[in-house]
Amino acid sequence: MVKGIEAYGIPVVHVCTVVPISRTIGANRIVPAIGIPYPLGDPTEGEAESYKIRDALVEKALQALQTPVTDQTVFEN
Amino acid sequence: MAAYRIVHYLNQFFGGIGGEDKADYEPEVQEKVIGPGLALAQGLGDDYEIVATVICGDNYFGENLDEATDTIVEMVKRYHPDVFVAGPAFNAGRYGVACGTICKAVEERLGIPVVSGMYKENPGTDMFRQDVILVETGNSAATMRKAVPKFVNLIRKLAAGEEILGPAEEGYLERGIRVNYFADERGSERGIQMLLKKIAGEEFSTDLPMPKFDRVPPAEAIKDMSKATIAIVTSGGIVPLDNPDHIESSNATKFGWYPIEGMEKMSKDDYTTIHGGYDRQFVMEDPNLVIPLDVLRKKEKDGEIGKLYPYFASTTGTGTATNSAAKFGTDIGKKLVEDHVDAVILVST
Repeated sequence: MVKGIEAYGIPVVHVCTVVPISRTIGANRIVPAIGIPYPLGDPTEGEAESYKIRDALVEKALQALQTPVTDQTVFEN
Repeated sequence: MAAYRIVHYLNQFFGGIGGEDKADYEPEVQEKVIGPGLALAQGLGDDYEIVATVICGDNYFGENLDEATDTIVEMVKRYHPDVFVAGPAFNAGRYGVACGTICKAVEERLGIPVVSGMYKENPGTDMFRQDVILVETGNSAATMRKAVPKFVNLIRKLAAGEEILGPAEEGYLERGIRVNYFADERGSERGIQMLLKKIAGEEFSTDLPMPKFDRVPPAEAIKDMSKATIAIVTSGGIVPLDNPDHIESSNATKFGWYPIEGMEKMSKDDYTTIHGGYDRQFVMEDPNLVIPLDVLRKKEKDGEIGKLYPYFASTTGTGTATNSAAKFGTDIGKKLVEDHVDAVILVST
């Protein structure tokens, strides 16, 4: 899906838990998420903390979309 | 009289009519064994007879696809063959497409078993490998001798209605068909054998070859996020509570567009997840964990992003075929381009 959309020239940031899969399929901008059952946040830390984590990840995803890349790039912490 | 009858298809070149200058040659039947048919006949022995050879120019076939197919199927029908053989086409593209097309038509319309052959990079391979058994040949006619035993074996089995084994055993191009069988060794044993071979730097064959993926060049970065329209897409199976599009919980065949206009955050009263590949308890309680609407709304209000696209696209990403996913991506992207979306956040669980 990432590539199908990006083929139109729209940058896609793939926020995903299993980074190797994302690399294999060919996503160009990858942001590692928290966990499979809760990619954006961590409900085990309580609602406020979970929101903060989500906010930081979305921020990172937006940064990734504003970063020129020439190859597959994983935006780590 | 031979026990089994075969009709063979050749292009103008292998049929001995001529080269490119004869590529517009119209279909004709000759009641004899020609060119590559001689090697096949010799390999097959006396129980099999090539009763007729159909010859057609590659350009004629390509330019008159339907008509040529109809004509050739009629020609084949007259001879009541037990097996229909086309080519092999080696790396000749038009010939490969012709062999695939005519084989598929003969099998579908006449119910006669068919076999063709070609080089793995022949364009006909990807078009027809799922429909037709294609013997894997080299890229030129010089490899015919090696291909003959594979053809002979498959023709005999097809004629007798015997079971065709896997592509590696029989020497045909992989068709993407999965067949259950009892292995001699169990999975753990095979896995360890593979690992040992890998460590020793030896060749090993995997039980599950990974598909090869194409690459798409990275799209240009967003220059001014405060003016950008952002869309959310997910493979996390987020759908309205009643799952109106009946998206499957695994091996999805479709995706849906769902509204978020006027919503400050994702509510468990509106949305849930039907994904069959992860523990859903957290996301069912708080769908913002997959669709970060609460955060993105705030960023929209703060002017950090221009606008949030009023719908998100969603499907289930577990057990979903990569070619289905690619199609979803193409369809989703098409709509997003039409609606002037600048960037996408795609969340996978």
